[in-house]
Amino acid sequence: MSNVAAHADDRGHAHAHHPALQHHFDTMAQQKEAAVVGMWVFLLTEILFFGGLFAAYMVYRIWYFDAFAEASRSLSLFWGGLNTAVLIGSSLTMAMAVRCAQTNKRTATVNWLILTMILGAVFLGVKVIEYADKFEHHHVPGYNFQWAAAHEAPAAGEHAVAASEGAAAAEGHRELSLTPAQLQLTTQIYFSLYFTMTGLHALHMIIGIGIMLVITRMAYQGKFDQEYYTPVEMAGLYWHFVDIVWIFLFPLLYLVERHV
Amino acid sequence: MLDQLKMPARNYLNNGHGLASWLLTKDHKRIAIMYLISISVMFFLGGLFAVGIRLELATPAGDFVQAGTYNKFFTAHGVIMVFFFLIPSIPAVLGNFLIPPMIGAKDLAFPRINLISLYIYWIGGVFTLYAMLSGGVDTGWTFYTPYSATGSNSNVVPVALGIFIAGFSSILTGLNFIVTIHRMRAPGMTWFRLPLFVWAHYATSLVQVLGTPVIAITIVMLAVERGLGFGIFDPSRGGDPVLFQHLFWFYSHPAVYIMILPALGVQSELISTFSRKTIFGYSFVAFSSVAIAVFGFIVWAHHMFVSGISTYAAMVFSFLSFSVAIPSALKVFNWAATLYKGAISFETPMLYAYGFMGLFTIGGLTGLFLATLGMDIHLHDTYFVVAHFHYIMVGGAIMGYLGGLHFWWPKITGRMYSEFFSRIAAILVFVGFNLTFFPQFVVGYLGMPRRYHSYPDEMQVLNVLSSAGASVLGLGYLLPAIYLVWSLKKGEVAGPNPWGASGLEWQTQSPPLTENFVEVPIVDREPYEYEHVAAKEKHLV
Repeated sequence: MSNVAAHADDRGHAHAHHPALQHHFDTMAQQKEAAVVGMWVFLLTEILFFGGLFAAYMVYRIWYFDAFAEASRSLSLFWGGLNTAVLIGSSLTMAMAVRCAQTNKRTATVNWLILTMILGAVFLGVKVIEYADKFEHHHVPGYNFQWAAAHEAPAAGEHAVAASEGAAAAEGHRELSLTPAQLQLTTQIYFSLYFTMTGLHALHMIIGIGIMLVITRMAYQGKFDQEYYTPVEMAGLYWHFVDIVWIFLFPLLYLVERHV
Repeated sequence: MLDQLKMPARNYLNNGHGLASWLLTKDHKRIAIMYLISISVMFFLGGLFAVGIRLELATPAGDFVQAGTYNKFFTAHGVIMVFFFLIPSIPAVLGNFLIPPMIGAKDLAFPRINLISLYIYWIGGVFTLYAMLSGGVDTGWTFYTPYSATGSNSNVVPVALGIFIAGFSSILTGLNFIVTIHRMRAPGMTWFRLPLFVWAHYATSLVQVLGTPVIAITIVMLAVERGLGFGIFDPSRGGDPVLFQHLFWFYSHPAVYIMILPALGVQSELISTFSRKTIFGYSFVAFSSVAIAVFGFIVWAHHMFVSGISTYAAMVFSFLSFSVAIPSALKVFNWAATLYKGAISFETPMLYAYGFMGLFTIGGLTGLFLATLGMDIHLHDTYFVVAHFHYIMVGGAIMGYLGGLHFWWPKITGRMYSEFFSRIAAILVFVGFNLTFFPQFVVGYLGMPRRYHSYPDEMQVLNVLSSAGASVLGLGYLLPAIYLVWSLKKGEVAGPNPWGASGLEWQTQSPPLTENFVEVPIVDREPYEYEHVAAKEKHLV
């Protein structure tokens, strides 16, 4: 962006161009609007991207509700809750970073961005702890998947499809109508979705931290001012989007029928 | 006047020389040229596999290749043509080149993203081609589970990942167009002064942006299913293979509109220019593009009438599928009304436009047969379906692409091609196309299923007709490759506006400057004002 220096003004503007203005835009305002519209369109594609998974989640949660509730209870509310708080906090620090960039506070922008990255890293660290726990308990779908309640049951694939009918009829929330073999299969679907959804979310977090490293460097070099802080704002939009995805994932995965 | 025309001294083609000036360019026009070369290579590669298919089907016995190889042939043909030719064809080449000059902009909103999209396309293409050459895929381009997840012993995941990568190229192109059309219009270029080509691309971009991520996530799910042993689509483990079909078609049906909508936009430009008339019912044609894009998202399950979905769902999807015919037919009627009492002529682009109208109509009407529940039980997965979608994709999208390419070729290169050979080619394409695909309606109705490498003896006549037609069609496609390249050096200099067209892109020199216009144009009149153009021509002469 910086290599597009202020060039000869061929349309007789009185003032010099901002160094960040690209040649094909007329004004900084037009350039910024373009970036904002572009970012929102991109976030729209992201919604649809996660949307496919939410659709699959919806189908199987309705079919295998008991298994989902049972598997959900094996997740740690503490770690999940902590991560939710961490992410909401990181959204706040991100918003502060954008605000500081907008008001020309260079050091504060850098500090808020670094804090945001730290919170992101904490989230990922907690996720590592949680994933490790799943590996230990054989809750990773695939050939070594083992649902604890089902360890006596032999593998019996044929019965799985029939599981949903029985499941719907269950009254008491602890009285499971599923046989251990059925649980073994249907909780695996839950964990398939759990890993795909949280895995993709974590991947988005990692990409977000990568973007923020670049933005922090740019902020440190003093590339932003009140006229040009678009990259910080765009990174912010992305980060808030990743947060909001978690705000949906947390209740869907951790809080299935989890009332005390 | 004609012999005075000279190539403009300064233009986007001679602004910078050498490979790096191309590979690192941010000029939408140079990126479009690189897309043009890339998709042409893909088109002829995909065509090679079609040659293999038609050779096999020339005789009833499966004697040219074995069944497994045949499966890989039609999969390769489908994957390459759909994901690497048709989807990028008009948007990435003509849209990329023309949208900025059509709206009076210097470039797309995000020139760097535009270049990145090309690189992503290349990476996806190389990845897919390598996976195909090192073993191939035998699932068909639809990748239906559970066969693709647990049954097939071919390169399912690598090819699917290639499609996944190329999808981002498509998303970025669409995103760029949407922002460009919203934010980069010249002063006076209001929404209702936009050429219909731009409207069509706006609608297409919406589909690209909203649909493509869904196929991306579906491919991710397929990859973890196959690679890590998840069971989301595996019925033996409680998963649902029909869910895969829902997700797949949620993108892949609208993808048909990614292919056809830009061609409809080209068509509106051609019909108006070569009948010297304002397009009939501008706003209806513009909104029908958006309507097709919207309806396109709510008809996907008509591909699944025999997959065991509920009767009520099938009825709703059948009804909605019929509704798509309304905006589509509206366009055809409006083109016909534009032609009515126009000063119509028969230049090559217009020959493609006439062909398009007929073939698109047949393709659309046979779509209604397939959207009819009872009829679809009989026709599902037969050659009738193959013929139907080739009428839309080849007879529609490729005819539109070729028509557009011929129409804007003088703008892109500054030179004219041989009118004689290009007319011959247009006629060969039309005749060859019908000879190839019309018999497939009949043979499909008689019950020949798609994707088999042998068939009963009594169906040979129709299949031989089809194979013969394919060779005529192939010739029709080879000719332009020759005379268009020839025109680059030897073609007559075209001048800024050889067709006397009214669009803004014709108001600048051919080939245009890197910035498209000397100064930002101010638009003060309505689109397709051919009276104005005629006056200007008289004034010039």
